[in-house]
Amino acid sequence: MRAGRRTAFIALPTAAALLLTACGGGDNGGDSAADPNSEVTVFTTEPENPLIPGGTNETGGGRVVDTIFSMLVRYDNEDASSINEVAESIEADEDGRVFTITIKDDWKFHDGTDVTAQSFVDAWNWVAYAPNGALNASFFEKIEGYEDVHPADEGEEPTAETMSGLEVIDEHTFQVTLSAPFAIFPETLGYSAYAPLPEAFFEDQEAWEAEPIGNGPFQFVSRVPDQEIKLTRFEDYAGEQQPQIENLTYKVYQSLDAAYTAVVSNDLDVLDQIPVSALAGDAWKTDLEGRTLEVDLLLSYTLSFPLYDEVYEDVNLRRALSLAINREEMAEQIFFGNRLPAQSRVPAVLLDDPEGQCEYCDYDPERAKQLLAESGYTGDVGITYNSDGDHQQWVEAACNSIANTLEIGCNPEPVQTFNVQREIANAREFTTMYRTGWKADYPSIENFLTPLLRTGASSNDGDYSNPEVDAKLDEADQASSVEEATELYMEAERMINEDMPSIPVFDDKGQAGHSTRVENVHLNPLRTLDVLSLSLA
Amino acid sequence: MGRYVARRLLQLIPVFIGTTFLIYLLVWALPGDPFAGKCGERPCPESFVAVMREKFNMDDPLFIQYGKYLLNLLQGDFGETFSGTSVGTLISNAYPVTIRLALIALLFEALIGVIAGILTGLRGRGFMDNLVLVSTLFLIAIPTFVTGYLVQTVFGLQLGWIAPTVSGNASWGELLAPGFVLASVSMAYVARLTRTSIAENKRADFVRTAVAKGQPQHRVVGVHLLRNSAIPVVTFLGTDLGALMGGAIVTEGIFNINGIGGLVFRSIARQEGTTVTGVVVLLVIVYLVMNLLVDLLYAVLDPRIRYD
Repeated sequence: MRAGRRTAFIALPTAAALLLTACGGGDNGGDSAADPNSEVTVFTTEPENPLIPGGTNETGGGRVVDTIFSMLVRYDNEDASSINEVAESIEADEDGRVFTITIKDDWKFHDGTDVTAQSFVDAWNWVAYAPNGALNASFFEKIEGYEDVHPADEGEEPTAETMSGLEVIDEHTFQVTLSAPFAIFPETLGYSAYAPLPEAFFEDQEAWEAEPIGNGPFQFVSRVPDQEIKLTRFEDYAGEQQPQIENLTYKVYQSLDAAYTAVVSNDLDVLDQIPVSALAGDAWKTDLEGRTLEVDLLLSYTLSFPLYDEVYEDVNLRRALSLAINREEMAEQIFFGNRLPAQSRVPAVLLDDPEGQCEYCDYDPERAKQLLAESGYTGDVGITYNSDGDHQQWVEAACNSIANTLEIGCNPEPVQTFNVQREIANAREFTTMYRTGWKADYPSIENFLTPLLRTGASSNDGDYSNPEVDAKLDEADQASSVEEATELYMEAERMINEDMPSIPVFDDKGQAGHSTRVENVHLNPLRTLDVLSLSLA
Repeated sequence: MGRYVARRLLQLIPVFIGTTFLIYLLVWALPGDPFAGKCGERPCPESFVAVMREKFNMDDPLFIQYGKYLLNLLQGDFGETFSGTSVGTLISNAYPVTIRLALIALLFEALIGVIAGILTGLRGRGFMDNLVLVSTLFLIAIPTFVTGYLVQTVFGLQLGWIAPTVSGNASWGELLAPGFVLASVSMAYVARLTRTSIAENKRADFVRTAVAKGQPQHRVVGVHLLRNSAIPVVTFLGTDLGALMGGAIVTEGIFNINGIGGLVFRSIARQEGTTVTGVVVLLVIVYLVMNLLVDLLYAVLDPRIRYD
């Protein structure tokens, strides 16, 4: 027994030592020389992909990529119109099929090398080339030769490494040939998938991923996963407007609520969204008095129909369901006015006059009942949604509205995660309506129509197909100017809304808050923070 | 004794393999394809999915996947997340923070809990006893997120005594308030356990003997009574360390602490089996080691217990 007790006494300090040494590792010393006051902190979530522009599509990594890269065009803070950034000019030929892009000659990457036409062509080819497995490959599908580098069938080997539609003319000029005319192509080029990449990327991708090199206003300094990404001003930045702040740190927060508390207590400088808990009763407007901003976003919430299911074949049933949803009441009572009742499937920011775009997008109980009677449908309906997002409340409210108006049963049907929901969508196995949301990749009406509703389009999960709509979209693609194209897209949208393949419910509004240390905080309708105008108060 | 410890340590090996396999299996069995929702409402390019599945051995049968994982793990390689970050780095960032937080919580619950327990257990039935009973009942009844937000709002936002959110370094000082919040529920249990145990042993033969021998009160309580009453408390504290480490997710979320609770939660949501398994394996080891320590402590506390 004696020996036993002595051994036990040895065990204790050993264990304590083990625990204590484990504690030593975490203290990575604070800021070294940098003046802490010159550092502005901005909220983000942990990037879910490597920080390659063509391989990032979620907001956590997107915020960082958008700050360390500058694209050919950027989008205006107010109306999201495109303004040339790296591009000097983008000229279309008569058909709107061949674009000659000239870039400004003083742009440099953070490693000092020049941004040339080749930087763009190489980057685009890399993203499109199937074996590289880039997430945003499909953004290049309109370019001639895409099928050769990225065959539609999984098993097929690509027959080329570069797209035939991309051609370098001289150091600062390249030509893009599309497989079909696409008038608004220049408008799309502000999306991060179209960023240039430096030679360093192609020489050693792994080293580049550890320390990304871009051409944007801020350059990469260091990163602690799940904690922060430090950036500093790039001195050779060639943009017209120079950044006002010296150091920018993206701080990763464990929860949106914690980030909100941090911005309220002036610990975090910019938070580009506000948690639902603070929206309730407009608490955020008093918590953050004088340091809030709101912007109408290019983000729409819809309820989609599985048109492959025969129940939803009848257009009158689809119209009746849309007319039975009281959008205004839901926007007011559930979201306290922080979402806008949809007037059409394209967010109102993009339309000069949304009035008259959609005949069946209002709440009209009488007409809804009448149309339901015409359809002869008497069964129940359901709405599937993923329960890992904040959707339960409004989906249930929509269901109640349908049930009360039409006097038929409506069942909200949750599935566990967004992954499960997408799996069902990809397999075309929905038997109820289902919740969908669409955030614009680039600010154009086209982005809310073609990818979602053209026959066979990549995100047309409901299998909607109307040859007349396809023809109208074609016509719009071939328009001679962006204005003319917009008119034609609006016409196409009106035709789509007659068919009601999905029910527009809300346009989203973005809310943001900032600390008293900073001013000139602007978000554009894509919820991108304008890091150039951001300044210390 | 030595043989006992050796046997217990050897037992760790099958438990280690069993738990890693079970966890791997559970993550693998989560519904939904991890890459189905990665591209928003558009299906991810098949080329992307193919490259990722290849990289993470997801086309192999489960046993082979697990075998490959275990092989890497034994060489000290915890694998990578889908974003290409090394899981080893994530763990070495998050673990020290979590251990600091859990130790602070453990200290709070041991100190406050045991003292409250002794005071009430010795006196019994008085104002103090009622006060502790009611306040512990109150603590047990309110969930951590209420305590957390309350402490954060009152002491952080309104009074400004503490920083409402913890910085990336998460120093000992910053973790005091979150540690207290995390400890609150267990503290109540410790107080009640100690109280009952002391009240029970107060009338035991060995205490009566000690008093009869004429020993001073502090020796009777401090050496004889307390030591013999400590067994249930030590058992609770030992297993609670593991619970405090893995179960701190709510506290971590409120105070923005980059610990393993949140790490596990996010990896489960992303269905990153490698991260989940890596983090939980280390938690399992903490549990096992703490259990062994508690068992060894029994021998120290109670001379009647021996291991051979």
